[in-house]
Amino acid sequence: MTEPGVILEAKNLLVERAGARLLDIPVFSVNKGEVLALIGPNGAGKTTLLLTLSYLMKPRAGELFFSGLRVGSGYLLSDYRRKLAMVFQEALLFDTTVYKNVASGLKFRGMRREEIQTRVTEQLELFGIGHLRDRSARTLSGGEAQRTSLARAFATSPEVLLLDEPFAALDPPTRESLVQDVEQVLRRAHTTTIITTHDRSEALRLSTRIAVMNQGRILQVGTPGEVMYHPVDEFVAAFVGIETIITGEVVRVQAGTFTVSVNGKEIEAVGNAAGGEIVTLCIRPENVTLSCDVFGSGASALNVFHGTITKITAMGLYQKVLIDCGFSLVAYLTNRSMERLALTEGQEINAAFKATGIHVMKIPQTDPAGQSPAC
Amino acid sequence: MDLILEGIKKAFWLLITLDPEVMGITILSLKVSGAATLISLFLGIATGTAVALSHFPGRKIVVSLINTGMGLPPVVVGLFVTIFLWRSGPLGFLGVLYTPTAMVVAQSVIATPIVMGITLAAIQQLPRRLRLQILALGATRFQMIWTLIKEAKLPLLAAVMAGFGGVISEIGASIMVGGNIKGYSRVLTTATVMETGKGNFDVAIALSIILLVLTYLINLVLTYVQQRERPR
Repeated sequence: MTEPGVILEAKNLLVERAGARLLDIPVFSVNKGEVLALIGPNGAGKTTLLLTLSYLMKPRAGELFFSGLRVGSGYLLSDYRRKLAMVFQEALLFDTTVYKNVASGLKFRGMRREEIQTRVTEQLELFGIGHLRDRSARTLSGGEAQRTSLARAFATSPEVLLLDEPFAALDPPTRESLVQDVEQVLRRAHTTTIITTHDRSEALRLSTRIAVMNQGRILQVGTPGEVMYHPVDEFVAAFVGIETIITGEVVRVQAGTFTVSVNGKEIEAVGNAAGGEIVTLCIRPENVTLSCDVFGSGASALNVFHGTITKITAMGLYQKVLIDCGFSLVAYLTNRSMERLALTEGQEINAAFKATGIHVMKIPQTDPAGQSPAC
Repeated sequence: MDLILEGIKKAFWLLITLDPEVMGITILSLKVSGAATLISLFLGIATGTAVALSHFPGRKIVVSLINTGMGLPPVVVGLFVTIFLWRSGPLGFLGVLYTPTAMVVAQSVIATPIVMGITLAAIQQLPRRLRLQILALGATRFQMIWTLIKEAKLPLLAAVMAGFGGVISEIGASIMVGGNIKGYSRVLTTATVMETGKGNFDVAIALSIILLVLTYLINLVLTYVQQRERPR
């Protein structure tokens, strides 16, 4: 029934609250040992999915299987929950010492004192909070508190770890050091983990697989590369940071490449398509290069367009440049290249991107949230 | 002026020499109110937690009833407990009217809603997610509830103090159901009323000082609890 390697599987999950459908997931499975990132905007249903998977929220319909056994009949609920551990965005520590906090899950399980001591000490060291062991949890900083919360979850040696935006409430430096530590612990322990985040760089860094959610549905599941470079629809494309999403008609088909007409401009792309087909092209901003001179025609299948810079937005370490070349094109440039090129709004420029750098989607454009066939 | 000074002088003498009657009254007061507080803790914390954690139709009405109960007038409680324990009343066969037992019953009725109301508020004040976090750590339902009660220990301590403070200084119900019988059901408040009526100010002042010291100690603990650093 359950495929080998799958540790947790959900079928036909339906969660409703006050008449609103929060979750509608026909199939969802987690492989043993993988780190699966659930990404999506606020309200996409990421947290609801975690709560439902741990049965902290009751689905209206659907079944959960853990190692092939149905939760509810194969296992008692409390037994099932003891195979999991969950960490929330808030540390939710108990009003006692750090040590007793980390020990709490083990105490619930009625473990012997000596074993608790060994396990807790180990986790305190792993998360670098050994020196805080006897401190009251209420005196901890945000980062220390979240470390304690993570250590408390890891101490129970969960078979599946659920992390609900565990870094979202932390300031950037604290966050960075904690992400680093969690990355190390996960690599070492090979704990099957589901982590929700709305930060795609965090997802890319920690996960082996990414699932993109919106409006209670899972739109795409795949390796980070698949999701980032081959999104199944416009929503996923936009969410994973593809800024240029344009639709056009295939006008010419050559061997292995085809030409798409967008607002009268012709763009060459790699792949197979039929003449007259309507396709959507995704171009990642980092794949677009800008030059004030004319590009050398040496590179084959290079799309070069002449256009006007309509807007420049500072994004911290890089700048986002919006170009109008018959269609809107977005490019990211480092601050240094910006200085070198001395670009200003209204300036005319040449923009180029490779045919191989374009992701082509052939999907119906009617319902972006619907379950659509892969391209 | 002499009256007051003389009264205070004699009162201290009664306290220092551990006058048997004053001591007896004090000990009975502590016993009755202590027992009533203990009973109200069991009933109040259990019910308060149950109401805090459950959802049912009419919950708001129940909560408002509990909150009203926190300010139940002792005289009204005294009246109804008397009626229930009256020889021909529903619980008359127990034959406990005008005994310390009846006083414990009446004081429990007064203290229980106080403990219940504070417990309800305390448990509800805990972060919503805390419950989920406790369950997610593998707690059984009973372990979850026990952990929540432990998390609310500071406000619950306040509930104990408020309950005890409410009943030790209460008079209406105690005098109605206990009868202020000398050496049997006479407590600090009922004795103070009687001694004042008789003009025995020295004894009344001595009893009042004891009551004041008890009340002060209760408030000292409460203040200490309130002024502690709040958990993040």
